[in-house]
Amino acid sequence: MMSVPPSWFMALGALLFAIGAAGVLIRRNVIVMLMAIELMLNAVNLTFIALSRSLGSIDGQVIVLFVITVAAAEAATGLAIIIAAFRNRETVNADELNLMRW
Amino acid sequence: MPLWLFVFLAALAVLAALGVVLQRNPVHCLMALVVVLLDLAVMFIGLGAVTVGFLQAIVYVGAIMVLFLFVIWLLNLQTEERRVAGSIGLRFFGAVGAAALVAELCVFVVKAPSTAGLSHVPPTFGSIGAIAEALFTDYLIAFEATSLLLLVAVIGAVALARRATASRTRSPVPVSPAVHEQIGARQ
Repeated sequence: MMSVPPSWFMALGALLFAIGAAGVLIRRNVIVMLMAIELMLNAVNLTFIALSRSLGSIDGQVIVLFVITVAAAEAATGLAIIIAAFRNRETVNADELNLMRW
Repeated sequence: MPLWLFVFLAALAVLAALGVVLQRNPVHCLMALVVVLLDLAVMFIGLGAVTVGFLQAIVYVGAIMVLFLFVIWLLNLQTEERRVAGSIGLRFFGAVGAAALVAELCVFVVKAPSTAGLSHVPPTFGSIGAIAEALFTDYLIAFEATSLLLLVAVIGAVALARRATASRTRSPVPVSPAVHEQIGARQ
């Protein structure tokens, strides 16, 4: 049944991670940058799951659960910061959010 | 997972990931991200991680993505960000850096010692019981720490996003138009 080697999944994870990293570097909209970070987290999750299946160990899946939890915490806090910044500056452009005050 | 399914899912994931990065409307980016997440959930289930795959669909797509969507609506981000001068070089270096990263990671994946195919796992592999057994024995301290992290994140999110009430001092320092002009000139 399983005919796809695990290294293919890891290569796909690497590709998705690189796309997410490019998104963080290219985009200036902070919300889209957060989405790209979620993309990178999921690429790493795919690697964890593939290695968990390949090694026959459950540890990788447990760590993915922790990653999902931390991603939820990170998204909630990050979006709250974005809302607070938008309320003060009326922008979500990372190039314009360059002052600690006002 | 059969080969054709992997090829289909991988192509869909890469296309949707490019959609996240390249589309200009934040809501469209979010929908592309939802496609990636569901695609990866199917892949997890195909790899035997059934519980994690379902949790991915429920928690990520059902909760986190909806949170993103609400924030986009709340901020009313219909208009697209305008292109900032000087970001051409930024975009170029970003693309070059990402290409270097994917080349590096692929070299690593190819050169990594092959983990000798896929070991045969028991049918209960990835079930709720198997995950719970690991979660509540070996990873108990990490699990409790995660609950503390979620509590802190909730308090932090509420404290950050809260609108200052009238009885308190207004949270943003009132800014006079002159200061706005000064900021504009400084930029």
